[in-house]
Amino acid sequence: MDRIILHSDMNCFYASVEMLHHPEFIGMPLAVGGDPQARHGIVLTANYLAKKHGVKTGMALWQARQTCPDLIFVPPRMDLYLRFSHLAREIYRDYTDRIEPFGIDEAWLDVTSCAENMLKPMEIAERISDRIRYELGLTVSIGISWNKIFAKFGSDYKKPDAITQITRENYRDLVWSAPAGDLLYVGRSTSRKLHTLGFHTIGDIALADPNLLERIFGKIGLVLSAFARGEDQTPVAVDGDASPIKSIGNSTTTPRDLCNNEDVSLVIYLLSESVAARLRENHFAGRVIGMSVRDNGLYTFTRQHRISIPTNISDEIARHSMQLFLDNYTWKHPIRSIGVRVSDLVPDHYCYQPDLFTDIRKRDKQLKADIAVESLRSRFGHDAVLRGRMYFDRILSGLDAKAEDHMIHPHSYFEKGNQVLNSENKETKHV
Amino acid sequence: MSERVGSKIYIDVGATFSAEGILRPKYLIWEDGRKFEIDRITKIERCATRKGGGAGIMYLCMIWGKPVRLFYEENYRWFLEAE
Ligand SMILES: [Mg+2]
Repeated sequence: MDRIILHSDMNCFYASVEMLHHPEFIGMPLAVGGDPQARHGIVLTANYLAKKHGVKTGMALWQARQTCPDLIFVPPRMDLYLRFSHLAREIYRDYTDRIEPFGIDEAWLDVTSCAENMLKPMEIAERISDRIRYELGLTVSIGISWNKIFAKFGSDYKKPDAITQITRENYRDLVWSAPAGDLLYVGRSTSRKLHTLGFHTIGDIALADPNLLERIFGKIGLVLSAFARGEDQTPVAVDGDASPIKSIGNSTTTPRDLCNNEDVSLVIYLLSESVAARLRENHFAGRVIGMSVRDNGLYTFTRQHRISIPTNISDEIARHSMQLFLDNYTWKHPIRSIGVRVSDLVPDHYCYQPDLFTDIRKRDKQLKADIAVESLRSRFGHDAVLRGRMYFDRILSGLDAKAEDHMIHPHSYFEKGNQVLNSENKETKHV
Repeated sequence: MSERVGSKIYIDVGATFSAEGILRPKYLIWEDGRKFEIDRITKIERCATRKGGGAGIMYLCMIWGKPVRLFYEENYRWFLEAE
């Protein structure tokens, strides 16, 4: 039996979220973009009204204002968009755990097993679309097909607020007549090359000799050929949150033996930062904190501690780990290796019951600090921001805690391919 | 203290958590400072509000026989839709 794959794409995502939060702008053209006072920045997304006036994603702000003098600019609020992205994923999760996000506003869903429960693909798509409208106040375009490529094509086919099903009966009419550049992975330069060789439509690619395409484009030629014929077999990745990840941890063998509590604390903080970052990447928090030690003899121990409020904050993880260590280690020998692990995972938006002694604002601040540090590190490298204690021993703290990755993620070849090739593709399409 | 943000009015709410972790609002403080007990909650659902400008978990609360839509925004804040 064919798979049933949906591709769901939230329309003009950033602009739509802003429109929802600004009822006073109803009926007005709006663009989300960098600071309009500073004379730089570009349009990240525009609403349909602005698009109708010629405002395009990627346009300079001054240019957009020239094109559409009444345009309202609002600065981006990524935290808000992330919240709505999560909420959409919560809805998808009611239909499948095979959810593969494609950027912040798009995702593939494999709903094959859902459809076995007597629901027609169209009905599933309609339910998802209705719920996103009702619960999030946003519209989606959904494509339905038996493979990811045609599902994506379907969601692009008609916008906004539409559902397009690409079947074995209609794909020659709908997909094959479309320009070659509409096929996922065909970026601007590939599209130009295809044109000069006489391949104008997706059908032209599908009907061409695959060996010829391989000679011209290399391996990717074969891939495009298969995609155009609807033969893509790439599975929809399993959603990080719903995957059977039981715990997230990290351990390291240190470049020199650890001799005292200060040494241990430094390494624990380093590991805790990487564990906290990985928890957040996967939208988890955990209620059990564990730490393990191996000394330079044969002795090892593992201890864990249950906490009342799930955490993904590096400072909390480090403090609990350090306490476990202090309570359990007697320093008979120097230490060779240390691990920190967080388990009993829950989604990070889990609604917990704060106790009297928890300072929610402080926790929020710590979380924001963690996120800010991560973002600096992703741009400037791990050493861009270090805790003060790391300077006591730069050999120990120079360990790349993220390199020893103990968590296994379901990454497929094409997932990587998506990321590489998509950066080219995104230029030509809106967010 | 209440705070108006666009068409939303963030207000003080008293709520309880049950042992099972269920959150329920019990009373709210109106913009003018008056306190109202929530007599009954007749509906709880996730929904968006164009009128208020946002989304969250909506508690349909009966107060003095009138329905009031109270939204929990999941950032520890509660809001009402401005008239
Ligand atoms: Mg979109």
